[in-house]
Amino acid sequence: MNTHVASTGNPLLRVEGLAISHGAVPITTPLSIAVERGETIAIVGESGSGKSLTARAIAGILPPGINATGTVTLDGIPLMRLAETELRRIRGFRVSMLMQDPFTMLNPLMRGGDHIDEMLRGRPEFASRAPRAAEVKRRLAEVGIVEEDVARRMPFQLSGGMCQRVALAAALARDPELLIADEPSTALDVTTQAEIIRLLRRIQRERHMSLILITHNLRLAFSTCERIYVLYAGSLLEVGDAAAVERQPFHPYTLGLLLSEPPADIRVPRLVAIRGSVPQAADVVGRCGFADRCDWAKQICRAGKPPLVARDIGRLTACVRQDEIQGELDALRTAALCAAPATPRRDETEGALVRIDALVKTFDGPRGHPIRAVKHVSLRIMPGESVGLVGESGSGKTTLGRCLVGLETPTAGDIRIDGIAAADFGAMAKADRARVRRTIQMIFQDPYSTLNPRHSVGQALSEALRASAGAASAATPERIAALLADVGLSAAYATRRPASLSGGERQRVAIARALAVKPAILVCDEPVSALDVSVQAQVLNLFKRLQAEHGLSYLFITHDLAVVRQIAERIYVLYLGEIVEEGPTERVIGDPQHPYTRRLVESIPRSANQHAP
Amino acid sequence: MTGSGVIVFVMRRFAVAVPLLLIISFGVFALVHIAPGDPVRSLLGARASDPATLAAIREHYHLDDPFLIQYFKWLSKVVQGDLGVSILGNRAVTSTIADRLGVTIFLSLMSAVLVLGLGVLLGAVAAFRRGTRLDRAVVMFGVFGISSPAFVTGIFLLYFFGALLHWFPIFGPGTGFLNRAWHLTLPALALAISVMAIVIKITRAAMIEELDRDYVTFARARGLSSRRITFAYVLRNALIPVVTAAGLIVVGIVSGAIYVEVTFSLPGLGALTIDAVQKRDIPTIQGTTLLFSVFVVLVNLAIDVIYMLIDPRIRFGRVES
Repeated sequence: MNTHVASTGNPLLRVEGLAISHGAVPITTPLSIAVERGETIAIVGESGSGKSLTARAIAGILPPGINATGTVTLDGIPLMRLAETELRRIRGFRVSMLMQDPFTMLNPLMRGGDHIDEMLRGRPEFASRAPRAAEVKRRLAEVGIVEEDVARRMPFQLSGGMCQRVALAAALARDPELLIADEPSTALDVTTQAEIIRLLRRIQRERHMSLILITHNLRLAFSTCERIYVLYAGSLLEVGDAAAVERQPFHPYTLGLLLSEPPADIRVPRLVAIRGSVPQAADVVGRCGFADRCDWAKQICRAGKPPLVARDIGRLTACVRQDEIQGELDALRTAALCAAPATPRRDETEGALVRIDALVKTFDGPRGHPIRAVKHVSLRIMPGESVGLVGESGSGKTTLGRCLVGLETPTAGDIRIDGIAAADFGAMAKADRARVRRTIQMIFQDPYSTLNPRHSVGQALSEALRASAGAASAATPERIAALLADVGLSAAYATRRPASLSGGERQRVAIARALAVKPAILVCDEPVSALDVSVQAQVLNLFKRLQAEHGLSYLFITHDLAVVRQIAERIYVLYLGEIVEEGPTERVIGDPQHPYTRRLVESIPRSANQHAP
Repeated sequence: MTGSGVIVFVMRRFAVAVPLLLIISFGVFALVHIAPGDPVRSLLGARASDPATLAAIREHYHLDDPFLIQYFKWLSKVVQGDLGVSILGNRAVTSTIADRLGVTIFLSLMSAVLVLGLGVLLGAVAAFRRGTRLDRAVVMFGVFGISSPAFVTGIFLLYFFGALLHWFPIFGPGTGFLNRAWHLTLPALALAISVMAIVIKITRAAMIEELDRDYVTFARARGLSSRRITFAYVLRNALIPVVTAAGLIVVGIVSGAIYVEVTFSLPGLGALTIDAVQKRDIPTIQGTTLLFSVFVVLVNLAIDVIYMLIDPRIRFGRVES
């Protein structure tokens, strides 16, 4: 099976026929990857694609119970045949790995610098303490840490970006030739993400090291890597040169993924979403894993697992119908990227649905130091308007949202919802409180924890319906079905329990539950950030449709400028508890005035051949 | 947190412990009056009840004063190290306790070392070999130990290792360090087995959780030696919950020592307490009860301090973002 890229000479790493399984359940089908010296490749995939386990199989650190077959050859050494003790001499020295969550990657009981120190101890020149300390300092400087005390601080005293840098320095301390970075920036703030990726790129170039970047973000892969491996439900669907794949994807999934990622520079009328959700590898054995979600699937796609075959120089695709449908794929791409007509601007502030004036929220910090989460914020939301609230972690955006729905009581300032003073829910008249609660509803980030696992979807919705205005009419199955239909689910979902739903479906149910009381405004706190990219587009489209059909207002709280670009008409940029910039979305993102907004906009990954204005 | 921060922390905990000790001392003092019958009779014991002796007792224990005054007078003596006189031997309670304390401390320490050392070791082995027969055997042993009381295990050990195999003496506390350790091995083991299950279970669960952590995987990915990963990463983090439970375990050991001392006929504090209860020797009961209570409070204080010292997240006062 000719599945690896026709690479010249002998690559540093050659993975052939690597198949991972959990007992008898397959996690990946045999796949082949080659990495040249000094080359950067990306393995792109959504959750359940098997990308992280592939990375761990290469490093030989699969969790117990997970097995791999095939060969992994590093510079002529067959890694999978080595004993654990021999592998230990390879790991760190020749292959190293960086993981996703900066806060859990470092030993919580060890100082930052000790993670680098312990890697150096085996070398004779660093046998004594002083030269080792000097080397730790030099290594930290390489990853951009010049502050003296970082080496002495405990991991929990460092920010996420700092932890990730310390971890990178530790991973590189024995100068490996290959670094596997598993989603190294995903858990970080937007601006820090860009810094970490730039740092990885710089170090990779300076050391002429090979890099495997594992990511779910196709745009990040295009902007960082030379070659792309697209993994879906355990199978490689497309492999090729990054620029070429970006210019013209050969596989419908790659195109779908590319179009599902909301563009940050234009607002499209409707995102091209892939229907359904990501399957398990075990459920799509013996057929194209993407067939059920593909608009071009034919009988042949389900007849057998399509092999990865070369279609162009350095390009492989697993789509058997690629030559027939390429024209349609290209046309869809062009059509999807045309901008929506600019939305008519509303400048009036009279009759605002939500008015927040000079809001302050202070929390009690340790040892009596108050933490000012929100400092003097004023904000308006008009009826039917979609407003974005953009900020990173610690900006106070979630606190503001929680104040608005009465989950927190502001320290000072005024909130008016539909004309009713709603700053302090406890002090409101009962009727007013009931009216405000029906006017404003909240959608949370994590669709897994917002539904009671013991209640069926129907029970959750009928409970919400009973709370709606004039609850005299019972929560009939018809009304539940209508609610489900509203969010694009069939009436059959009423009997399902949350555990049997996918993330996207759960978020739809959560939206349906919020809609049950016929609210005028939804406060959405990062409603799509926990979802797979292909599902995220569906849910964003749903938000757009609901706004048009019900005349809903939104307060869309997010860190993602691309998401807010697609959904919000006006945005507020929140930084350390203060609004630093506000205005129509097009203007704020297209022509940011405040330095912080500019930094946010610059953090969006863009590839070389797409350097738009 | 700096050195002065640690002192502030200890002082604050101490400030909570003092009122607790006062409440306990009050309860202990009230024993005399709660005990059925006339306090004078309780304190009289086996002595002849002629009016002169009764008057002397009334005078000595200030029984004619109001209750609270009596308490404060008693407390001021206790603080000065005077726990009164045993009604049996007419010896000071403090000197009786001092005679017996050595055996109990030796037994409890030996048992604590066994519980923590052996328990952590077994728990770690079970965690590394989880799902195997060895793992199940270790867990079964723990459950078996906790479900049989220390005096039952003690009798079994006595019969098997003492009477049948003659490996260990079956009687007496021994003299000198090694001889005493040899004499106290079986009692300490009996005591240890009865609480070891807690340590095994906590260690095993914590180790399994730690083995799954990102930082352990990351340490392996960096090629660190298995010894370094086991000790600096897995064991060190897994010990935090064990230390939290250690307070409970030490208290369990000391209260278990009462039964074990009787089972093995050891002249320790436990045996003294049982003896005093049987003979209604109120001052001695007061003395040993007070000592046990103070010990429990101090152990908990010590555990809090150790916990703070080993977990820097508490020492440095974690700031929530």
